[in-house]
Amino acid sequence: MAGLHKSEFSNPVVNWIDTRLPIFTMMQKEYGVFPTPKNFNYFWNFGALAMINLVIMIATGIFLAMNYQPNTELAFDSVQRIMRDVNYGWLLRYVHQNGASMFFIVTYIHIFRGLYYGSYKAPRELLWMLGVVILLLMMATAFMGYVLPWGQMSYWGATVITNLFSAFPWIGPKIVTLLWGGFSVDNPTLNRFFSLHYLLPFVIVGVVVLHIAALHIVGSNNPLGIDVKSPQDTVPFHPYYTIKDSVGICVYLAVFAALVFFAPNFLGDPNNFIPANPLQTPADIVPEWYFLPYYAILRSVPNKLLGVCLMFASILVLFVLPWLDTSRVRSARFRPIYRQLIWVFVLAFVVLGVCGANKPEGIWVVLSRVATLYYFLHFLVILPLLGKLERPLPLPESISQPVTGGRGGGPTPSGAAAKPMEKA
Amino acid sequence: MRALRSLIAGALLAGLTLTSQAFASEAAPHPPAQNWSFNKIFGTYDLASAQRGFQVYSEVCSACHSMKLMFYRDLEGIGLNEAQIKAIAAAVTVPQGLDDQGAPKEGPGTPANRFKRPFPNDIAARAGNNGALPPDLSLIVNAREGGADYIYGILTGYSDPPAGFKLQDGMNYNKYFPGHQIAMPKPLNDGQVTYADGTTASVEQMARDVTTFLAWASNPELVERKQMGVRVILFLILMTGVTYGVKRKIWASVH
Repeated sequence: MAGLHKSEFSNPVVNWIDTRLPIFTMMQKEYGVFPTPKNFNYFWNFGALAMINLVIMIATGIFLAMNYQPNTELAFDSVQRIMRDVNYGWLLRYVHQNGASMFFIVTYIHIFRGLYYGSYKAPRELLWMLGVVILLLMMATAFMGYVLPWGQMSYWGATVITNLFSAFPWIGPKIVTLLWGGFSVDNPTLNRFFSLHYLLPFVIVGVVVLHIAALHIVGSNNPLGIDVKSPQDTVPFHPYYTIKDSVGICVYLAVFAALVFFAPNFLGDPNNFIPANPLQTPADIVPEWYFLPYYAILRSVPNKLLGVCLMFASILVLFVLPWLDTSRVRSARFRPIYRQLIWVFVLAFVVLGVCGANKPEGIWVVLSRVATLYYFLHFLVILPLLGKLERPLPLPESISQPVTGGRGGGPTPSGAAAKPMEKA
Repeated sequence: MRALRSLIAGALLAGLTLTSQAFASEAAPHPPAQNWSFNKIFGTYDLASAQRGFQVYSEVCSACHSMKLMFYRDLEGIGLNEAQIKAIAAAVTVPQGLDDQGAPKEGPGTPANRFKRPFPNDIAARAGNNGALPPDLSLIVNAREGGADYIYGILTGYSDPPAGFKLQDGMNYNKYFPGHQIAMPKPLNDGQVTYADGTTASVEQMARDVTTFLAWASNPELVERKQMGVRVILFLILMTGVTYGVKRKIWASVH
């Protein structure tokens, strides 16, 4: 298969490069003319938003690393030097800090989109699983990043979370020692977390490339959840979705800016403005908001090992979701019962988040147990059974002719509902 | 179906309310909310108040509390000019490296020096304060639940303990301190400082001024940040409009 690529670009420089390394042809194929279902709603912006967010995090992170000192004696003050004395250091740091929250907001919505419209179903199982890998990498990166400012919550959060691994019999304590690089969270821990915090984002970039490569093989899902049947069902990615993503990016950046410029510490914890002190435990040790649901699952079980296992299982179960959901209909729009239950699941997730923010006593224990139970019930019992019991609504013929005489009422007038926002 | 949906919406709302309450109730007795100019969305610092607050810090708080992250040059941020800052810095004696014999040297401060610390280290600070460590104040407004309201609350919250309250030796009763027992004796009394601008130095006035100063010290970038934020968000709103217009035009022919 060796041989020069026959390039169709007329610009001689582009043509010369493209003949030898057809990256222009590839970009043209994957982002220019790439046939994309024409009925996306704005939920389909969130993949692009996550991509932008990753770039923002890496760009700001590189400049922060130029001024940050990964040493327990210096870390806290070096962050404050960035905030006070580095030119626009406060901007870099607040963008990076709030960027983590934005990244999780965007990613959680992206995942919800996948759940609602059945984007994980055949043939997109591997695409979905790569997404779960990205989520896990994001969590590890965010956790280690939160340790770097070496405030009280950094230190005690790191202590609590790394200690979770000690629950595993025999191998657990060895893992913890390895994570710490010693016998408590200390300078070696900070050094290796900094190193890994710089490394993992580039691993994420790698998996994102695979995620997108897989997407471009199987093609995008769409709000109707039916396959593309003819070229009439699609539009070229550019300019249709480049411009639609641009609208989303502007709105996303505006929300991001509101957080950074007007409430940069809204999602933070006051305790992290106190330098780490191994001799003084804060009254409440709470993780960042995006980890609260898993923290609640962890604490809902009185047994430490079981709690840790459930916490990990709450993410790992997503890997097998494509096989747990037995329904062959993708979009919730045509699944009258799933369409309701997915919101109960979202509710359970939010309740878990609220429980995670509160001390595990009284009503919060009960609530977090009920919500944990429902979380797993949804994946392990409801989804396998529902596929067999539920009677899906008739699917449209194609994306171009979505109106198939539905049953009136309910979710049907899909012709109108299919793209409610596109023509607004 | 509709019933279920509204049930879920209601539960979500209740959940959010409960969270906010749970977050709010953490620092047990809640100091009353004050009207701070810098907490308003476009608000800035009252510089006259911050300057008076610096006076209160210098004459009262700095006897025990350090502000390790602050440099004298930073005082430009509350509107002091170079000559004033040089004079303030020169009034303290700070370590100035080594002399040519290698012995530690001291000398008058310059704007490039950090605020002089009342104690050379934490152990000395504890020893001088009955075992309690006076916290560094550089970030104190950010580092406490309730922020400026809490600091103001502590400074104005001293009173006699209610009947039956058992106060430990050397401790003081404070309405807003978690547990009500605070090691710091009542720091402010009416007329404790004499303001150059003639403002009456009541406890409330001094507490308000020093809290404003400390809020500035915790977030010196606040004014620049908000000003930039207004411009950035206006630009993004404009861009959203333009982009949306282009999007509609491009999509107009797609059915």
